[in-house]
Amino acid sequence: MPKLTDTMTEGVVIKWHKHEGDRIESGDALAEIETDKAVMDLEAFGAGTLRKILVPDQSTVPAGQLIAVIAAPDEDIAPLLAEAGAASPAAARPAPKPPAATPTAPSTSPAAKPPGRPTAPPPSSGIKTSPLARRMAEEAGLDLATVTPTGPGGRIIKEDVEQALTAKRAAPKVSEPVYEVRPLSQIRKTIARKMTQSKAPVPHFYVTNEIDMERALTVKAELADREQPIKVTVTDLIIRALAVALTRFPQFNASFQDEGIRYHQSIHIGVAVGLDEGLIVPVLRDCQSKGLIQLAEEARLLFERAKSRRLQPDEYTGATFSLSNLGMEDVEQFSAIITPPEAAVLAVGKITQAPVVENGRVAVRRRMMTTLSCDHRVVDGLQAAKFLQALKHELEEPTGLLLP
Amino acid sequence: MTELLYREALNQALREEMRRDDRIFLMGEEVGFYDGAFKVSKGLLKEFGTGRVIDTPITEAGFTGVGIGAAMVGLRPVIEMMTFNFAILALDQIVNNAVKIRYMSGGQLAIPIVIRGPGGPSRQLAAQHSQSLESLFCHIAGLSVIAPATPRDAKGLLKSAIRQDNPVIFIEGQELYSIKGEVPDGDYTIPIGRAEIKREGADVTVIAWSKMLLMALRCADRLSDEGVHAEVIDLRTLKPLDLPTLIASVRKTGRAVIVEEGWEFCGVGAQIATELNHDAFDAFDAPIERVTCFEVPTPYAKHLEQLALPTETRVIEAVKRTLYR
Amino acid sequence: MAGEDQIALYRQMVLIRRFEEKCAEMYALAKIGGFCHLYIGEEAVAVGAISALEPDDYVITAYRDHGHCLAKGADPKRVMAELFGRQGGLCKGKGGSMHLFDVERRFMGGFAIVGTHIGLATGIAFGLKYQHRPQVVLCFFGEGAVPTGIFHESMNIAALWKLPVLFICENNRYGMGTPVERASAIYDIARTALAYDMGHSTVDGMDVLAVRDAVIRVVRDMRNDPHPYFLEARTYRYMGHSMSDPAHGHYRTKEEIDEQKKRDPIHVFGRHLTDRRVATAERLLQLDQEAQRRVQEAIEFADASPPAPPEELFADVAS
Repeated sequence: MPKLTDTMTEGVVIKWHKHEGDRIESGDALAEIETDKAVMDLEAFGAGTLRKILVPDQSTVPAGQLIAVIAAPDEDIAPLLAEAGAASPAAARPAPKPPAATPTAPSTSPAAKPPGRPTAPPPSSGIKTSPLARRMAEEAGLDLATVTPTGPGGRIIKEDVEQALTAKRAAPKVSEPVYEVRPLSQIRKTIARKMTQSKAPVPHFYVTNEIDMERALTVKAELADREQPIKVTVTDLIIRALAVALTRFPQFNASFQDEGIRYHQSIHIGVAVGLDEGLIVPVLRDCQSKGLIQLAEEARLLFERAKSRRLQPDEYTGATFSLSNLGMEDVEQFSAIITPPEAAVLAVGKITQAPVVENGRVAVRRRMMTTLSCDHRVVDGLQAAKFLQALKHELEEPTGLLLP
Repeated sequence: MTELLYREALNQALREEMRRDDRIFLMGEEVGFYDGAFKVSKGLLKEFGTGRVIDTPITEAGFTGVGIGAAMVGLRPVIEMMTFNFAILALDQIVNNAVKIRYMSGGQLAIPIVIRGPGGPSRQLAAQHSQSLESLFCHIAGLSVIAPATPRDAKGLLKSAIRQDNPVIFIEGQELYSIKGEVPDGDYTIPIGRAEIKREGADVTVIAWSKMLLMALRCADRLSDEGVHAEVIDLRTLKPLDLPTLIASVRKTGRAVIVEEGWEFCGVGAQIATELNHDAFDAFDAPIERVTCFEVPTPYAKHLEQLALPTETRVIEAVKRTLYR
Repeated sequence: MAGEDQIALYRQMVLIRRFEEKCAEMYALAKIGGFCHLYIGEEAVAVGAISALEPDDYVITAYRDHGHCLAKGADPKRVMAELFGRQGGLCKGKGGSMHLFDVERRFMGGFAIVGTHIGLATGIAFGLKYQHRPQVVLCFFGEGAVPTGIFHESMNIAALWKLPVLFICENNRYGMGTPVERASAIYDIARTALAYDMGHSTVDGMDVLAVRDAVIRVVRDMRNDPHPYFLEARTYRYMGHSMSDPAHGHYRTKEEIDEQKKRDPIHVFGRHLTDRRVATAERLLQLDQEAQRRVQEAIEFADASPPAPPEELFADVAS
């Protein structure tokens, strides 16, 4: 795998163009390689027969690792292959040859030792357990570290392992969001690495937009004016608008993981609530399937519980996106910090009366500043801008919010 | 089947074997005219005469030596120790001669001698008459030790002991002589070195022998009322130890309690525990428990004697410890 | 006694003497290890007494057993191989010096615990009487064994049950380093038998013919009418108790030993034979050389005999 760019540490063999046994001329395109910047052809440096291809299509390989051998048809390439085999695949450079593995000499048992005595089990990891419990856990593939001991001195006993196994079988995965993992492309990997290098650990960037809230506030007032008043706050409207926008832009309802970006299938919006001693973020779950009225009602109850500190753990964990509204605190605009592992957070300021030029004339309209903080490993500026536009659209054309 | 007393079963074994083979003789204190201190040899003098049922002076070393010497010229002696406490006096003959002559002579001589008698405490017999010395004998390389708990086992094992060609210590029990049990009719033997599961269960393995076997069974009854089902194994032979039977049981139950009347330190239970630990290490959910006599000589006072020895309560507590209750 | 029979006695004694001398040498060369107790000076007792027996009579003794074993007819080669710890030994090397056994020749062992075999001798006699067999058993022991409990228990049982055992006390005056006067309340050991109403007598243990005569009489009586007897044979050992014990300087003076050497049973008997013209000096020399040759063969045999294989360790523990 050649180092095709200055920053390249590994490449992906996307597709081999040649096969083992093919006659190669110098300059022939052997394979398509994806680097950290682009997709390029790997060209042969010399002529010969392509004797061996060592990695299949779609392999990620460190720069410098052997991926194919071109040689004369009868040349002995076994030593070359052996060396390649012994080299550690994770090394950036050809690894130094490790010492040849020597088989352990068979132990001679003295004639006196009675036959058939079982050997001692491997040493423990420091967890105290009865031998039976250890064996049961091993056989069930259960990590002893997850078992609660009830025996003396913190000993895990058979009953504890049985308990753990029963619980494991019975317990449904309640608060874990269901997700789909898409592997990172090379470009994405690079951006992630570079952005982290400049702003570890989450590389933030910020995009601000101003939203005209006239129509939204009108809707709010009309709902409150009905014979059976429906109480909806600005926050509720924003939450509903976010739910719609997040449905259209799922990359903002995602999390950066090393193995790829996790796209959450449900939208759980956390709403920051300030308390005297700090911040708590109650979570409205499954916003994608709830209408405005339902969200408003749930939010009201949730925020009440938050303020009286009666929230259950599953009510303040598991958010996939967060909202922070400091409008009531007379803040015009601010930038929030993303709560990991979310990809973004929306910070909303106060609604102010501001002069706006419309059709050549100055009008006074109620306006609100929104700032979206984004994880640059997951999303880019252009996407953030579009996301905010969508959000703006939902709030400026609020009839859509009333739809189920 | 016939219901017999333990002592009657032994008597039958002796009688039948002595009829079978006139090289067999019985020797010991009071075995003849007195009919045996515990009546095990009742009627034997009458049937076989003073040539084959021989009363001795109080000379354990002397008459054990006689037995061994007689074995050296082809006889098959059964030497009775009035109690095994007195066998201490004969230890030189047993340990240095009976067990060693075959080996030292390079196999030129066999010593088919059975040394039998009651072992273990009885009631208020005080320190010198109440010892359980089986672990002393078990320790000696080349010596087998048998300790039956029931009439059926007693008869079958005594016959086996008499018929084989090596020195055997055969431990009976003063408290066992008058227990009753079913005994098969006719000539039968029970193999040496085979334990027997006297009661099946899945929760804990209780290992015992001799008088303690009966206690173990009583404890198992009490435990089953509480929903704990003990598997009670009667060793019958202490050495050679039937380890496979014990291992199969602890693999099933994951717990073991050993009950013995001897002292704890270097008791037979210590050997059992170490072998089980080594060969069935990952079967155990709890450490192996032992219930033994406390580290004291046996006192005379009844209440103190009872305190010193294993009790049902101590056994049940030990079982519960293995269950973490 | 016929001339050739007397010469046979001499031959036996000289074989034992040369054998034991060689043992001392072999021990010094570390070919014999552990404890080695030599019979030098006491030959007349074993040879005289055992010559009075039939081949199927039994002999049992303590740890100073080379002489008795050879006198009972054991092959010196197999005795030496046993001392060397080799497979060709009487006991495959598992007994050693103190535990020679040749059951085929009715030599029922050497035993290391002082007095322990006296109980066994009583048992052998019991077994013989039980089976109505005409044989007897000779039980040799030193005067140091007389105070032991097992001695008294056995004497009592033998007398009580009238068992055909001849107890021969080889009184060589010293139990290891302790002279008999400091170990026994009575000096005339034979009188111990009085406590059991047992027949007894004392004989000069340095006089092979005297010993033989005494035993012939006793054994004849014993066969007709089983009963035990106690014979004290007064003898002397010229070497120390064992190879670890010096011959003199510790508890004996050299003068005492030199004085005793004048009564060397082999020399005494040799003079007797030449005086009576039973043998010439040359003949005696020949016999001595023959003995030395036989001992040399024994050493060669022992040297060539391989050590027993490791599996032998576990053999003969039990059947």
